Amino acid sequence: MRRPPLAVLVLAIATGPWASEGTAQAVAITNARIHTVSGGVIENGTLVMEGGRIAAIGPDVDAPPGARVIDGTGRIVTPGLIESASQLGVVEISAVDQTVDASSSDDRVTAAFRVSDGLNPFSTLIPIAATGGVTRAVVVPGGQALIVGQAALIDLDGGRPSELVRRDPLAMVSAFDQGAAARFGGSHGAALMRLREALQDARDYAANRAAFDAGSRREYALSRLDLEALGPVVNGELPMIMEANRTTEILSALALAEEFGLDLVLSGAAEGWVVSGDILAAGVPVITNPMENLPGYDRLAISVQGAGRLVAAGVPVAFSTGVLGGSPALGTHNVRNLRLLAGAAVRNGMPYADALRALTLTPAEIWGIADETGSLEAGKSADVVVWNEDPFEPLSRAEHVFIAGREMVGDTRQDRLLERYRAIGGPIPEAYKK
Amino acid sequence: MPGGIAAAHFADFPWVRSATRARPFFPKHGEIAMRKRALSAAACAALVFVPAACAGGGPQTTPPTPRDGDPATADAAFASTYVPLPAQTTVIRNATVMTAAGPTMEAADVLMVNGRIEAVGAGLDSPAGAIEVDGAGKWVTPGIIDTHSHMGVYSAPGGASLSDGNEATAPNTAEVWAEHSVWTQDPQFALALAAGVTTFHVLPGSANLFGGRGVTLRNVPARTTQGMKFPGAPYTLKMACGENPMRVYGNRGRSPSTRMGNVAGYRSAWIEAAEYKRRRDRWRADGSDPDEEPRRNLQSETLAGVLAGDILIQNHCYRGDEMAVMLDIAREFGYRIASFHHAVEAYKVRDRLAETDTCASMWADWWGFKLESYDGIRANIALVDEAGACAILHTDDAGGIQRMNVDAAVALAAGLEAGIDLDRDDALRWITINPARALGIADGVGSLEAGKRADVVVWSGDPFSIYSEPELVFIDGALAYDRADASRQPLSDFMLGNLPEEVIP
Repeated sequence: MRRPPLAVLVLAIATGPWASEGTAQAVAITNARIHTVSGGVIENGTLVMEGGRIAAIGPDVDAPPGARVIDGTGRIVTPGLIESASQLGVVEISAVDQTVDASSSDDRVTAAFRVSDGLNPFSTLIPIAATGGVTRAVVVPGGQALIVGQAALIDLDGGRPSELVRRDPLAMVSAFDQGAAARFGGSHGAALMRLREALQDARDYAANRAAFDAGSRREYALSRLDLEALGPVVNGELPMIMEANRTTEILSALALAEEFGLDLVLSGAAEGWVVSGDILAAGVPVITNPMENLPGYDRLAISVQGAGRLVAAGVPVAFSTGVLGGSPALGTHNVRNLRLLAGAAVRNGMPYADALRALTLTPAEIWGIADETGSLEAGKSADVVVWNEDPFEPLSRAEHVFIAGREMVGDTRQDRLLERYRAIGGPIPEAYKK
Repeated sequence: MPGGIAAAHFADFPWVRSATRARPFFPKHGEIAMRKRALSAAACAALVFVPAACAGGGPQTTPPTPRDGDPATADAAFASTYVPLPAQTTVIRNATVMTAAGPTMEAADVLMVNGRIEAVGAGLDSPAGAIEVDGAGKWVTPGIIDTHSHMGVYSAPGGASLSDGNEATAPNTAEVWAEHSVWTQDPQFALALAAGVTTFHVLPGSANLFGGRGVTLRNVPARTTQGMKFPGAPYTLKMACGENPMRVYGNRGRSPSTRMGNVAGYRSAWIEAAEYKRRRDRWRADGSDPDEEPRRNLQSETLAGVLAGDILIQNHCYRGDEMAVMLDIAREFGYRIASFHHAVEAYKVRDRLAETDTCASMWADWWGFKLESYDGIRANIALVDEAGACAILHTDDAGGIQRMNVDAAVALAAGLEAGIDLDRDDALRWITINPARALGIADGVGSLEAGKRADVVVWSGDPFSIYSEPELVFIDGALAYDRADASRQPLSDFMLGNLPEEVIP
């Protein structure tokens, strides 16, 4: 991966939407095994990108004249992968406060907090994530609040700041997990009481704004800004991500969604497989991590086969490096390992196609961007990855990553460190190697 | 006063979730107990480490002989009571065998007799009555070894009741022993076993300059920790560089609050330990008169054991410049660092690691969770290996310990992409024989060689594939785990009967 030279970046900023930069020439990937996700696998197929879009795809497609041709013989082509719960752009060095913009230090409800306000488009984490074939990511706020704030969707193109954010707000984020129970009253019942209070206030406020402004409405537990922010949530327009792991947490979240008409997305769902029928009946999708299996008081039934069981039951499942775990092996600094989650799921019984879908089309559907990305179809954004081998294997790698038709070809900071220290101990200190 | 100490302890650590904490002190649970380790020069010398100790092949160490009557290192206290599971003579036939002592062998057999590797090769004769395992299509490796685990001291489920890894009450707690914190019912042991881990080293956390003694355990279920202790494995001492000790104690307004404070703390402790050792040695030389015995001190006893070469230093240290300082301290006081742990910048000082025969225990790709891990690169392990130093993949994580094969593949891929001449056999050494060396147990485990303990994993396929998993795990020649036979899968007391049958994972 090579970042564009600064001059190119400046030119892009100066001349308009950068996404069209570098996409003037058509690119054809020929003779590859193409996983379209939406339409099966094409053997010896060709995919043509033009103007940032997939122009053509199929077994009998020819490279247009003048196109750059990438010989895909022996290669595997997939859609760009989508990470559904990162903090890309708002965390650089986790333990260095000055580099962390992920949350508000207020507690209880900070629904008006927008994670996009602190996004750093020059974060070194973004191109590193892209080396793992990840082209889009949900950035979720963190923190200790019950309703922590609003998530955004970004492209991982590392380009112009204003182009980084693709959808904002994408969803409201809240917690109804063991930690929330501990922080908000010391029990799940107490936390649920606060959640319900917040949603009732938001609903009341939405219906009585004029009375509120006139000072003739009752007092609310939430601030005006938070009430405003929750309006689209109680209207069912903005998805509500709720972290819930224990069976009872999940069932309470489903009941709350029913009560308030929420467009619920379950996050974590460690024991989700236990109540897969309830989740399916509620039409609720799940963001989970099929690699995690360490038991906790809130997840005694966690299983590496859980995700597969959910999918088998018909529940939409997207994989994320940002849920359930907690070690730096995954998470924001290692979003690049997203693909390995799919491999682990396959090892534990999930069909390959379902696992790939959990990295691509399913998250695209959950986030309402399936008309734009998530599968390889003519007309969609050219978010395309060429792998030298099976992408789920740790020994494979992404050889080409295209985001909206533009190839990510820059050095990451880690590439630069490797280059600098490839040889050491010479007469000239390494610091002179740039 | 005990209440005060306990309160201070809990206040500083993130595993006690509190509504008042905006962000955990340590970003992630793996960081809770940052820890490192290393083999010291003196320790290695005393252990008969040959010069290639941490770099090449062949047996490297002899377990230390307990010193006469010295409670510092004698096995007398808390001695291992480990008894292998019942083993039967077993031969695995016609498998792809990776020995970690030589190149991969196709269509080879592995014969286990009396708990030991009897032979590895093609077409082996087996004694009458031997159990035959069809290895066609399977891969066989030595049992996996992790130099850096907190299983048992940070168990699952987590929480204050089982927060047993960091005695974060003073910068020098060399007097505590991790084995006294181990919960034998930690469900994580069985999960690691199913992932092919047969031996692991449990360390105290990294809040302190000297965190306490580590212990090397066999991954077998037992009613007591002594029943898991690796017989004859040397004791270890955890030291920690960098951000953790200076933050923990600096925040309390006491030393160390800086890296220079850290270094002063190490050196002061070694000066005292050297004096303690001199007193004890002199007393012994004078006939060990019980009436004249210098008063024992648990803290100095452990440090003196390091200076005597009996206890191996395992040194949490991220930055290359700090590793260089630690190597200088080791030289000043005449000990050796067995392994640096975490060693995110090992690649920057890999020449120094090679020169001093110091191992580096590393992650495949953890980085960025604190400033001292910001320069992590995936080629770290490969670069250290290429330099001729002893490269180890470690986990510090009960999730990671279940995928050391996958992490080794990630590190191998990065090395190959960097143009380093490596193959699967090299990657296997990162998780078997090299960790065994850092723990001083390489003469007994870590490779499939005649005479060694029969710790053997039969994989469903290439162990560096995400799709492969251990099907059979032998420890001392006994079948400790069988994926196809629930009766050969241990379950901790904690998990027994705590869920309805239909909900058991």
